[in-house]
Amino acid sequence: MNLVTVSGPPSSGKTAVILKTIDSFQKRGLEVGVVKFDCLYTDDDVLYEKAGVKVKKGLSGSLCPDHYFVSNIEEVTQWGIKEGLDILITESAGLCNRCSPYVKSVTAVCVIDNLSGINTPKKIGPMLKSADIVIITKGDIVSQAEREVFASRVNTVNPGASIMHVNGLTGQGAYELSTLLYDEKVEVKTLVGEKLRFSMPSALCSYCLGETRIGESYQMGNVRKIDMEDKKKKS
Amino acid sequence: MITTQDIQQKTIADLFDQYPFLPGFFEENTLEVDGQINEKLDDFLNILDDEEEKENRAMDKAQVIESMAEYITQMLAFLGEDEDEGVNSITLLPGTNKSGEKEQFEELTINKSEIVCIVGPTGSGKSRLLADIEWVAQNDTPTSRTILVNGEEGDKKWRVTSGHKLVAQLSQNMNFVMDLSVYEFIELHAQSRLVEDVEGVIQKIFEQANNLAGEKFSLDTPITSLSGGQSRALMIADTAILSKSPIILIDEIENAGIDRKKALELLVGEEKIVLMATHDPILALMGDRRIVIKNGGIHKVIETSGDEQNLLSELERMDNVIQNMRTRLRHGEIIRQEDIGF
Ligand SMILES: Nc1nc2c(ncn2[C@@H]2O[C@H](COP(=O)(O)OP(=O)(O)O)[C@@H](O)[C@H]2O)c(=O)[nH]1
Ligand SMILES: [Mg+2]
Ligand SMILES: [Zn+2]
Ligand SMILES: [Zn+2]
Repeated sequence: MNLVTVSGPPSSGKTAVILKTIDSFQKRGLEVGVVKFDCLYTDDDVLYEKAGVKVKKGLSGSLCPDHYFVSNIEEVTQWGIKEGLDILITESAGLCNRCSPYVKSVTAVCVIDNLSGINTPKKIGPMLKSADIVIITKGDIVSQAEREVFASRVNTVNPGASIMHVNGLTGQGAYELSTLLYDEKVEVKTLVGEKLRFSMPSALCSYCLGETRIGESYQMGNVRKIDMEDKKKKS
Repeated sequence: MITTQDIQQKTIADLFDQYPFLPGFFEENTLEVDGQINEKLDDFLNILDDEEEKENRAMDKAQVIESMAEYITQMLAFLGEDEDEGVNSITLLPGTNKSGEKEQFEELTINKSEIVCIVGPTGSGKSRLLADIEWVAQNDTPTSRTILVNGEEGDKKWRVTSGHKLVAQLSQNMNFVMDLSVYEFIELHAQSRLVEDVEGVIQKIFEQANNLAGEKFSLDTPITSLSGGQSRALMIADTAILSKSPIILIDEIENAGIDRKKALELLVGEEKIVLMATHDPILALMGDRRIVIKNGGIHKVIETSGDEQNLLSELERMDNVIQNMRTRLRHGEIIRQEDIGF
C-alpha cells in the first residue's frame, strides 16, 4: 500500500483536489481509501463516500489535530492494509501552523490556495516548508501574474518541493498529480519506528489542563509571555 | 550547483553581495539580519539551534542551509538562461481519442509567433489537450499523446518547477485579487522575475496595456477597480512582456473594452506561441490554423485559407457596426438604417 499525507489551511481545496485525484486512481483500477482528520466537525467523509472510496474519520476534539494524527497514524495504516487498499490518503486540516503531520518516509503534500495572499507562504511553518509536493489551487480566479508571484514565494520557502497548479473544480492537473503520488514499487507495512519530519511542541499549560480563570497565579507549567518592551531585545 | 559548504563559512554581507536575490530568501523565511550582516552564515543561524527559537520558528538550522543552497542553485540557473535556449516550437504527436482510435493528424509543429485556435464542443477534450501540452506529455497521459519541445523530448523540469512553466493562461473569469496599484502590481511581478530594469518594464507594460484598453487608466489606479476590458488589457500586456512561459493559452477574449487584434499582435510580437480556445469567428480567423477536437481527440487541423482571411475584414466591419450601435445606444441616441451601412 502507498500512503500519502495531505495537509493545508482550511478551505484551501484539499478535499476538492483529493476527490479529483481519486477519479484518476479509480480509472487506473486502484483501490483508494481516505482518512479525514479534523478538530470538531467535518462532512468531507460524506463526499469521499459518494466517490466510492473507503473512509474513516477522526475528530481530535480538545487536542491539536496534528498531535492526534500522529497518535493514530499507525492504526489507520493497519486499517488501510487490512482493507486491501492500493493507496491510502490522509487529509488533515492544518489548523495549527506550528505543527505538521508529515512523517519522514511518507509522501507529504501541502495544499495552499492563490487567494490566501502572497504573505501566506511565510506564515505557514513546517506544513509548507517540509512538504514534498506543494499544490496551488484556485488559479482559475486570479491573474497569471498573481499565480506566478505566489508560486515564486512558495518556491522561496521550500525550494526543494515540486510545485503544481491544480484546479479543484475542473480537476485540471489532478491526473498529473496522481502520477506523482502512486508508485507500485512502494509498500508501506508499518510506521512503527518512523519519525516525524519536524518535532511538535509538547508544551502543556494550565489551560490545556482545564483551567478557566485568568491571572498569573493560575498559570503553571509552560507559560510564555508577550514581550511588552518597546524595543525588541537583540541577542 | 551550490552546496552547503559553499555558503556556510561566508559572511551574510558577502553572500548578499554575490547573490543579490538572497535577501528575498531571508525575508520570506523571516530571518532578520539587522546588525549581524558581517557574521558568518553558520554563526548567524546558530540562533536556530537555541531550544526556544527552534520552537518559535519551527526551523532547523541544517534544513535552512540546505534550502538556501538549493534556492541559490535554482536562481542562478534561472538567471543564466539565455533567450536563445528558449522554446522555439512545440510538436504534437498523435495519441488516441476516447474510443481508442488514432488521432487524425501525423505531426503538428507550432512555432513561436504563431496563433493556433482550438475549436470543438464543451467536453470534447480541449482541456485535456492543453493539459497534455502543459505536462509535456510523453505517452504517459490518458490520451497517449507526445509533446516535443524544439523537436526533442521535453525536459521534465517543465512539469514541477515554479520558474519553468511551459504555459501561461489567460481566461475570462480571472480577476485581480491583490490590493495594489497598477504600478505596485507590475513592480511586484517584475521583482519576482528578478528583472533588472524594473522601472523600464513597468513603463513598457503600462503603455502597452493602455494601447490595448478602450478606456485609459493610470499607474496609480488600484488594480481591483479596473474595468473588465482594462483588466484583460493589463493581464495580456503583463503576460506578454513579463511571463517567462513561452506558450500563452487564451480562453476566449470577450469583445468589450479591449482591442483584440492588437492584443494578439502584442503576444506574437513578444515571440509567444499562442493557443486560443475560441468560437468567435473574428478571433478564429486571426489564427494561422485551427485544431478541431472531437470525442477526446484531434479530428482535423485546418489551415486558415486565403478566402477565410479575406472574410476577416468583412467580419471586422460587421463587428464595428455593432460596436458603434452600442456606443450610440449608451449615449442615448437613435439607431438608424445608415448605421448598418450595408
Ligand atoms: N474556483 C476554485 N474553487 C476551488 C478550487 N479548489 C477548491 N475550490 C473550492 O474551495 C472550497 C473549499 O474547498 P475544499 O476542498 O472543501 O477545501 P478543504 O477545506 O481544504 O478540504 C470549495 O467550495 C471548493 O469548491 C479551485 O481550484 N478553484
Ligand atoms: Mg476538506
Ligand atoms: Zn499543533
Ligand atoms: Zn495550553
